[in-house]
Amino acid sequence: MKTFTYRTATSLDEGLEPGATFLAGGTNLVDLMKLGVATPDVLVDVTKLPLDEVSDRPDGGLRIGAGVRNSDLAVHPRVRQDYPVLSQALLAGASGQLRNMATTAGNLLQRTRCRYFMDATMPCNKHEPGSGCPAQEGDHRNLAILGGSPSCIATHPSDMAVALTALDAVVQTDRRSLALGDLYVLPGSTPEQETVLSHGELITSVDLPDPRGKSAYRKVRDRASYAFAVGSVAAVLRVDDGTVADVRLAFGAVAPKPWRAYRAEEALRGRPATRSSFLEAADAELAAATPLRDNAYKITLIRNLVASVLEGLA
Amino acid sequence: MTTTTERAVGQPHRRVEGPDKVTGAARYAAEYQVGDDLAYGWVVQSPVARGTLTAVAVDPLVEADDVLAVLWHGNAPRLGKADDPELAVLQNDRISYRGQAVALVVARTLEAAREAAASLQLAIDAEPHDTVLRADHPDLYTPEKVNPDFPSESSTGDVDAAFAGAAVRVDVTYRTPALHNSPMEPHATTALWAGDDLVLYDSNQHPPGIAATVGALFDLPAARVHVITEHVGGGFGSKGTARPNAVLAAMGAKVTGRPVRLALPRQALFSMVGHRTPTIQQIRLGATADGKLTAVDHQAVGHTSRLFEFAEQTAVSTRHMYEAPAVRTGHRLARLDMPTPRWMRAPGEAPGMLALECAMDELAGSLELDPVELRVRNTGFDSYRKCLGLGADRFGWHDRDPRPRRRREGDWWIGTGVAGATYPAMIQPSSARARRQPDGDVEVSIAAADLGTGARTVLTQIAADALGLPYDRVRVRIGDSTLPQASVAGGSSGTASWGWAVTGACRALRESGGLDEATFDSTALVEKLNQEGKHAFGAHFAEVRVDAVTGEVRVSRLYGMYAAGRILNPRTARSQFIGGMIMGMGMALHEESVLDPAMGTWVTHDFAEYHVPVHADVESIEAEWLDDPDEGLNPMGSKGIGEIGIVGSPAAILNAIHHATGIRVRDLPARLDKLLPSL
Ligand SMILES: Cc1cc2nc3c(=O)[nH]c(=O)nc-3n(C[C@H](O)[C@H](O)[C@H](O)COP(=O)(O)OP(=O)(O)OC[C@H]3O[C@@H](n4cnc5c(N)ncnc54)[C@H](O)[C@@H]3O)c2cc1C
Repeated sequence: MKTFTYRTATSLDEGLEPGATFLAGGTNLVDLMKLGVATPDVLVDVTKLPLDEVSDRPDGGLRIGAGVRNSDLAVHPRVRQDYPVLSQALLAGASGQLRNMATTAGNLLQRTRCRYFMDATMPCNKHEPGSGCPAQEGDHRNLAILGGSPSCIATHPSDMAVALTALDAVVQTDRRSLALGDLYVLPGSTPEQETVLSHGELITSVDLPDPRGKSAYRKVRDRASYAFAVGSVAAVLRVDDGTVADVRLAFGAVAPKPWRAYRAEEALRGRPATRSSFLEAADAELAAATPLRDNAYKITLIRNLVASVLEGLA
Repeated sequence: MTTTTERAVGQPHRRVEGPDKVTGAARYAAEYQVGDDLAYGWVVQSPVARGTLTAVAVDPLVEADDVLAVLWHGNAPRLGKADDPELAVLQNDRISYRGQAVALVVARTLEAAREAAASLQLAIDAEPHDTVLRADHPDLYTPEKVNPDFPSESSTGDVDAAFAGAAVRVDVTYRTPALHNSPMEPHATTALWAGDDLVLYDSNQHPPGIAATVGALFDLPAARVHVITEHVGGGFGSKGTARPNAVLAAMGAKVTGRPVRLALPRQALFSMVGHRTPTIQQIRLGATADGKLTAVDHQAVGHTSRLFEFAEQTAVSTRHMYEAPAVRTGHRLARLDMPTPRWMRAPGEAPGMLALECAMDELAGSLELDPVELRVRNTGFDSYRKCLGLGADRFGWHDRDPRPRRRREGDWWIGTGVAGATYPAMIQPSSARARRQPDGDVEVSIAAADLGTGARTVLTQIAADALGLPYDRVRVRIGDSTLPQASVAGGSSGTASWGWAVTGACRALRESGGLDEATFDSTALVEKLNQEGKHAFGAHFAEVRVDAVTGEVRVSRLYGMYAAGRILNPRTARSQFIGGMIMGMGMALHEESVLDPAMGTWVTHDFAEYHVPVHADVESIEAEWLDDPDEGLNPMGSKGIGEIGIVGSPAAILNAIHHATGIRVRDLPARLDKLLPSL
């Protein structure tokens, strides 16, 4: 294991020296260091910064500190009451012990679970640009059907981020505000670049607008608990008189980032809140899917989930 | 000594070492404090599946701080002849699989060893590799024997004619993936040399076997190798014989003159210590219209390695399970550029009975005959028939609509399934010693290993009864190769084998007329015993529900009824039975080592990716058993119980999935992506 030094961050704007990385709960970063996939020289612990509050915002929304632990956020009364999609997504992720450590920002920035990325002895364009992507021909059952590229088909593994995407969350950093959808970049030919954040840019909070409808998260995985999603859907829905007044949909485990289903939303607004419109909307989004040998099942899975989750909310 | 002492056998005693384990006092192989110059080993594994290792740049590293030695075939000490070529570590330049140990770094700290290992420059001439098992692989051959010593092929009657003439026929192919044992405690050794003698704190299933094997490699008689194995965090067969960690630790200690600790990381358990071969099994069943089998044909294909032959006995249980006038079985192997497959809980029976018991379900469907009744009609074993009958009653089988895809609650399709289980009752020679202590207690010693199963506890119960002493007056010492020699904790034979020796020693002490010590060796008696045709049986029943929206499978109920000899301790027995059943659930639904043919290796190598059932997957599980002592088998009347739970339970789940949905999954594991397209 590579030798590194450790220090505690003491202010929000101190940035990072070259070769340094922020450390939050460490549940992803430390694993990757043990695997030799992440090799920072310096760890700067951000968990002592005053970023662990959840507070109401004047517009009726919520500000979630970057350091709030996933387990605390999941049971926060306002989250449970006004943003059940978020609480459900958090509780569907990892295990109790991991959620006790994991933080809001760390969760957003966790890396893909692509089995080639997680193995330092394998070629991977994220490890070493140009070394290739064995997943295209190899193991990709749980990799992207949307938004991938010949260089990379990794999926973003977070549940929480899918819910936040459907909630139109905004990420605050020490330098700017970013719509969550703009935080992540698709792999294209530079899959090593995963977000727009610059080196040393610190996430300070995630802001939620006021609640805008009923919401739910449904996660599908290969066993009953303690597994990453093979497909998930987060939905926020408002129905007036049997018609879809407003809808926000995001898909998990199908793309390199939490996938906001704009086309599906577009196809649904103003339409009757029925199973057939839900299915048509899902199809509108999934028409762009480019499945590989072993992951086409995700198309059926997401289609079924969209209909089932929206039917449950309508 | 009184005759009113309550018999200890049959009581649900808690594990003797339980408190030590839950308080952290129990020590495992990598936890022993052995002096202040302990060094740490880290294995460098081959990044290619086939080739030659031509050079290793050792010098820059050995000069680095804290690195004590970098060993590879160019500088490693020569070893004596190994019966198991996987143990001839660092002896030649051939690379036979990806992940093979090609170098060892020993350093003052674990971190330094790891870092040096990661930066080691290997010069390798890679060659094209072949890692994919196919039923039409051009190099398939028939091994002479299959594990442990069965003929590869068997044939009675004219199977082809009987099959062709059968009123009802099933001809199906089932596939099981490579599986990894990956016990909770990774393989680990702390090795030190005391003069010319070798001491190994090692996690294994057979201390005397490790002593003999590792001794031979270092030209030492077994008596000069002291293997200490007090606690073992599981093995499932993968610790049945020595693994490279023991040899490498001893080698590192020899070269550096320090004690060396070598604990394999979890990832290495998915390449270096064995696995269950993937199988491709064709089953053909022919039957009369009233459900009597006329032909049974079971042909299994598996792989072995380039290093040596391990032939899983996949089709062997088909030879006795059902009665038919024509039965044929056979095994073929391909040598692949892969690690050598090894024992994994119920080698042979677990994959083989999956195929046979699913095919029986398919036959029952074609016959429109109840699958329990089909089995009853075709077995000659009374105890199996009883397990089926009583199990069906207890499970609540009978009100079932036999037609598939009939029961739906909300989004869930619901179904039930049954499958039979069998496991040979094996006994091996062992010896034990009973020694009276000054306070009147008795210490019983045997070089057995307790993998967490409760072996130590059950032996204490057996000894207490044989001595006529209360349970708490007996202390059992195991886990040390210098104690009287014991057989391997494998093949579900441990308790029967060791218990016999313990009974003998205790009876001898009791009847010795006041001697302080007695020993007993069961070899002569065991050799005289006819073990042929002795089996434990069972019947597994499952209720599953399959989500019509997502294809997710949940096992609502899993039930096992067993006839497995006298049950010596219901508490530890239950945990063996249900542990096997849960592992069977994993085999049916979760476990798969995913191969990347281009990379020449499995890409699943931790528990986040290689799924086993978690608590939430186990909703209701129950194991019950018949009172079934077999007094002719051994003094306890017991049979092995460690493996039968994984035999047939996967088939019961697959059959239940079919009953729920109408979908036959013939390619394990039965994951949602295989169900979803047809829901
Ligand atoms: C076995 C296992 C199972 C899991 N299962 C699931 C699951 O089912 N669903 C799921 O969603 N997740 C799952 N996870 C992942 C888990 O949710 C993440 O590991 C966790 O959320 C990461 O948070 P952390 O605080 O520990 O981040 P860390 O590991 O500390 O950091 C992760 C990344 O975020 C960066 N970072 C942290 N804080 C900041 C900040 N304030 N500003 C800028 N950068 C920052 C770090 O530099 C690092 O790159 C699982 C993890 C494990 C180990």
